[in-house]
Amino acid sequence: MENSQTQQVSRRAKILDVLGNWIGVIPFFIFIIVFLILPSMNLFIGAFRDLNGNFTFDNIIGLKDPAILKAYSVSLQVSVITSLVGSVFGFFVAYAITIGKAPKWMRNILMTFSGLAANFGGVPLAFAFIATIGRTGLITAILKNICFSNAAGVQSCPLDIYDNGFTLYGVLGLTLAYTYFEFPLMVLIITPALEGLKRDWREASDNLGASSWQYWRYVAFPVLWPSILGAGLLLFGSAFGAYATAQALTGGSIYLVTILIGQQIRGDVLGNPNLGYALALGMVVIMSITITGYTILQRRTARWLKS
Amino acid sequence: MKTPRFNFWGLFWGTLALLYFFVPMYGTLDFSLRMQKGIISLRAYQIVLADPNFVESFLYSATMGIITVIISILIFLPTTYWIYLKLPKLRPVVEIITILPFIIPVIVYVFGLIRTFGRPPFRLTLTATGTDFLMIGGYVVLSMPYMFRAIDVGMRSIDVRTLTEASQSLGGNWFQTLVNVILPNLRIALLSGALITFATVIGELILADFLFRPALGPYMTSIGTTKAFEPAALTIMSFALTWVCLGLIQLVSRGDTSQQLTGR
Repeated sequence: MENSQTQQVSRRAKILDVLGNWIGVIPFFIFIIVFLILPSMNLFIGAFRDLNGNFTFDNIIGLKDPAILKAYSVSLQVSVITSLVGSVFGFFVAYAITIGKAPKWMRNILMTFSGLAANFGGVPLAFAFIATIGRTGLITAILKNICFSNAAGVQSCPLDIYDNGFTLYGVLGLTLAYTYFEFPLMVLIITPALEGLKRDWREASDNLGASSWQYWRYVAFPVLWPSILGAGLLLFGSAFGAYATAQALTGGSIYLVTILIGQQIRGDVLGNPNLGYALALGMVVIMSITITGYTILQRRTARWLKS
Repeated sequence: MKTPRFNFWGLFWGTLALLYFFVPMYGTLDFSLRMQKGIISLRAYQIVLADPNFVESFLYSATMGIITVIISILIFLPTTYWIYLKLPKLRPVVEIITILPFIIPVIVYVFGLIRTFGRPPFRLTLTATGTDFLMIGGYVVLSMPYMFRAIDVGMRSIDVRTLTEASQSLGGNWFQTLVNVILPNLRIALLSGALITFATVIGELILADFLFRPALGPYMTSIGTTKAFEPAALTIMSFALTWVCLGLIQLVSRGDTSQQLTGR
């Protein structure tokens, strides 16, 4: 009898102890539940509900709608192109900073600006590109004024980019603008990995008679590929989720998933509010796969970088 | 074996990157100075600065930025401290939670906020105060990855447990320890977290735009569709502001860029 009472008391003390341990993180979890979990759950549940609140898979099946498929394909296309261009360009810039022996002042500027430009985006980025290669932009004007007269005295200005089918307000323009923050992001991620390449490896490979190409192909690249691929995934994700730059640059005329979700919020353009939830869910699924892939690859890199 | 002083390809790619950085900058600057035909002038800047809508939206965004920084620190400083002190096993969980805003695109997040709190029983979007409350919550979430990482990095570099025990043996309570001992040791971490949070809020478009609040982002979008030279001037000014914030971070954290993960 007495024994069980002390047991009860000690159990209560234990519960109080555990509670005491957790009390400091309760405000954080309340905040997260209200502002992150609740809205996310709402979208998630909405994606599996019909207008009367019954469970259904119709919204997910509804994603087969040609308009939605097109939005996804344009979004994927833009993100894949920009992340490829950004990764390749960023890799070479990181190469210039580390192994490429660029002058010290250039390395310093490149590193500083990469830190700044990787955080630069949104509406100002769109404005900057409009002012530079928009229809009346600086570069456009310079190129336009390069004219030649032929023997008959007829003037031709072959470098008028807008006459040649170029437009900033589409996929190509978006790629140019996104690259502005994508390649610096690549530089930031990949520079430590390039710095981690040991000089001994190069020397050992040279001593064994390997060419430069063989060194990159059989030594450096196999070590680097997880970080390159991981960085590429992060770049893909940052392009895929972007909205503001695309909206400001194209005025919403480009058919991206983010733009479509924006239109769905303003007014039910899809004709079914719950289809919007499924659209959003699809984005989150793609982003989750991307970021999980990035995290796994990043861990692999961290392992050899430390050693 | 000859070793050239400079590598051609290194120089080539470095130069190309510098051009990519500076040509759009220069193009924007040049454009912003050409409002008056034939001469270089600061007319576009004068017009923007004299626009009451600009002043109003800037002040609004700056106020929101400061409130967000304060609330963010109030949430994340005690939480991180507590985790380091009592629940180290929880750290990976909290870290994953704070990275979630990178996985959920902002536009999707806003969609969720509006559909959750814009309806009964909350109906927060009916009043300006309610909407502002919602926006601040949203801003704290959006800047959470930066703020948590900043505090986490700072906390890792000091011995929280020993400092706390020392403070307690001198008779300090939990609150006194946090304010008088931990806080001064985290000044740099907090400053960089605060600056990047502030920069995030100032440059943010989507939340304010879809919640119809008069912030700087929506103001810029509206000017972008109606004016030509003012947007360029605004861009240069927002460059300057964001870059002062981020430059300060690089200065105080001495070039450590680990807190900067992604843009837009």
